[in-house]
Amino acid sequence: MIHIPVLRWGEPYKSLDIDKVVHFATGEPVAEVSRANAGLIQRDMRHAQRARDVLREIPIADLLQMMKKAGELYSGAELPLGDGTQTPDQFARMQSATTGLPEHMCRFNMKKNHFVLSQMDKILDSLTRGLDLNILSRGYGVEARGVPISYQAQSPVLGMVLPSNSPGVHTLWLPIVAMQIGLVLKPGPQEPWTPYRMAQAFVQAGIPKQAVAIYPGLGEVGAAVLANCPRSLIFGGTATVEQYKGNPRVQAHGPGFSKILLGDDVVDDWRKYLDLMVDSVLVNSGRGCINCSGIWASRHTKEIAEALAERMGPVTPLPPEDPTAALAAFTVPGQAEGVSADIDKDLKTPGVTDMTAKYGARLVKGERYDYLRPTVLLCDSPEHPAAKKEYMFPFTTVVQCPQEKMLEAIGPTLVCTAITQDKKLQRALLDAVHIDRLNLGPIPTIQLNWLQPHEGSIVDFLFRARAFQFEGSLPA
Amino acid sequence: MSAATPDQVRKAREQLDAHVRETVEWHFNPDTGTPFWLERAKTYKFDPRKDVKGFDDLKLFGLFEDEWLRGGPVRRWVPKALQNKPIYVFETGGTTGIPKSRVVVDDFRIDYEMFSDTLPEKYFPKGANWLMLGPSGPRRLRLAVEHLAQKRGGICFCVDLDPRWVVKLIKKGWMEHLKAYQEHIIDQAMTVLSAGHEVKCMFTTPKLVDALAQRLEKEGSSIAKAGITGIFCGGTEMTSQWIRFTIEEYLGSDVYIAPTYGNTLMGLAAAEMPTAADEYKIAYYAPQPRAVAQVVEFDNYDKLVDYGKTGRVLLTTLTKEFFVPRFAERDEGEREKPTTKYPWDGVSGVRPYHEFAASTTVGVY
Repeated sequence: MIHIPVLRWGEPYKSLDIDKVVHFATGEPVAEVSRANAGLIQRDMRHAQRARDVLREIPIADLLQMMKKAGELYSGAELPLGDGTQTPDQFARMQSATTGLPEHMCRFNMKKNHFVLSQMDKILDSLTRGLDLNILSRGYGVEARGVPISYQAQSPVLGMVLPSNSPGVHTLWLPIVAMQIGLVLKPGPQEPWTPYRMAQAFVQAGIPKQAVAIYPGLGEVGAAVLANCPRSLIFGGTATVEQYKGNPRVQAHGPGFSKILLGDDVVDDWRKYLDLMVDSVLVNSGRGCINCSGIWASRHTKEIAEALAERMGPVTPLPPEDPTAALAAFTVPGQAEGVSADIDKDLKTPGVTDMTAKYGARLVKGERYDYLRPTVLLCDSPEHPAAKKEYMFPFTTVVQCPQEKMLEAIGPTLVCTAITQDKKLQRALLDAVHIDRLNLGPIPTIQLNWLQPHEGSIVDFLFRARAFQFEGSLPA
Repeated sequence: MSAATPDQVRKAREQLDAHVRETVEWHFNPDTGTPFWLERAKTYKFDPRKDVKGFDDLKLFGLFEDEWLRGGPVRRWVPKALQNKPIYVFETGGTTGIPKSRVVVDDFRIDYEMFSDTLPEKYFPKGANWLMLGPSGPRRLRLAVEHLAQKRGGICFCVDLDPRWVVKLIKKGWMEHLKAYQEHIIDQAMTVLSAGHEVKCMFTTPKLVDALAQRLEKEGSSIAKAGITGIFCGGTEMTSQWIRFTIEEYLGSDVYIAPTYGNTLMGLAAAEMPTAADEYKIAYYAPQPRAVAQVVEFDNYDKLVDYGKTGRVLLTTLTKEFFVPRFAERDEGEREKPTTKYPWDGVSGVRPYHEFAASTTVGVY
């Protein structure tokens, strides 16, 4: 069986504590993973500055070329994996086997990562708003209009406490190395695959191995990453986001509560947007924070919910290798049951109707894994406890709410697709600070423009623009 | 360690059975007995003094419930024959609610003197001073480690450490405060170590070994350079990986680390220093016959698991001060074979019982 070690700045380290990652359907071990102890991270952080130093020895323009090469290797080459190797096909099968995501979705996520790596120059250009990237290296520069500017790295490395549920999130950390910042990754327990494969692709493309460290492990490892890296990203639930709120060292990514709002001026034509709504809820098995979990309108909500239920209600679980499989399995015991029970609890409160109930049971129980079939709830008011729920499967509420109350009622929203030509509403949407990504017009919530920042600019998180004046010569 | 001979195992067992009879007689005799047990005996369908003839007969008592230890009057736990002795009370838990209490006269001294005998003189030299870098307050460890130091002819320097506050910080998610509190503890340790007190030995917990070693390294020193030659480590669980990491990367070959396992209810189970040859396995042996650690099946506490197999840790304490028959500890581990040094069962790989692990706050200080 393949053994995946801890990577201490590129050096493999076999732990005495070994975890097995198993196939969700058969329970067969797929690989052994070394489990790090928290002390390893504390100790290795002595060399965090070296990670940035070795990257700064390579011009960013060259790093961008290496990223492109890494993207090709990641999506096309047989790469080392622990004490064995892994082809792209094996990667997709292994990722599917341990996360429950259908294989074609794993392949789609590979393409997404490849795309981001291949477009890294454009992405960085956009994220920095056209900044001369050498300024990130040097720490200073002079604008075309002659004003000195300075961007100061706030940390030599970025810590990442990664999730297991959606391999799509890896796109967030791909630009980091190109900005000459090292990576300290704690993979999700069921998804060690992407961090390892990406690290191998980086190294083979010429990125110094001392720039990347990977520490699989339990909660104490995640805590050690956050405690020891001056800047970190963590993925988790609402409680995690609340815990790190206001902490300048940590950017917490939680549920997206992404929504589609139909303005009064377009809602009578809601049928035109049915495909957009279905895609926003269903793509990637509804696992992403950018998947829609709430569709809000002032009228026609019952017809909209019925139509969505008619489209998604009949979707049933299919084997992960089936190219038409639309649902991912829940591989953590009891998780699907808990989610389903939570929904049932909300359904006991008057004012909500399960529009998908007539298409069969929501919970499909297996011996080692479960599925939840798509669920559409019709809510007669935004105050209903179900109205702003989000779950890790294709789930949406259709909420009846007067247009003038919508923005006040929707709450924090990662992606808001607002379909309206009402200028007053558009202005209010543009000003709403609780909306992160704003799509004005018929754009699915899951459609990302990679040239746009996601949930807080990573450049602003890692670099501080500060006042800078100088006289005389400066280091190159 | 070499395996015990059948004769050694038989003799140890005979000694244990005799000790069980003596202990039960003491705690259930109306003249000397413990009020709690005398009262409880009224509900039994057996006579402890007649029917308990050996260790296996302790099954008659069922399982000990540590909830019985919450609240007062604590004198119900003091045997009549010891009521006029000076009494200590040590607490466990207590972050919220009423803690569990254990009353003690001399047990902590006896337990730690026995443990002292297991420490190698080369690394824990007699006369050396100690640093107690562990929990203070109403904890057994505070006094016990000081007694250990004194017994070995040394003087013990202590720090203030409130583990209940640490648990609160973790539960509230105040990780910055947790870090600051840990630094406050390490600051105290660094002050002691820098003050010319000739400290060579210390008690500390796994997390504080990490933190102290890291701080010393940051200041261009190390555990060894600070003059420490022996570390008695306990208080929270430690894995083989942790001890391997600590030995390989922080302690080196000049510092001995003695892992221990125990709690306020039991004595102190010792272990040999783990080695690379044995993949840093930590095998603990209770101080039999005063305490017994068994590894039993998860669904049948009356049945021992086979050697090398995993089960729940069942502890029994058999002293004149305290009788705790068959307490299911919140830990699991693997059953270890008797050795020449400890000719009775041991337990290795101790970790939180898997059904509790998700909800337990461990590794707190």
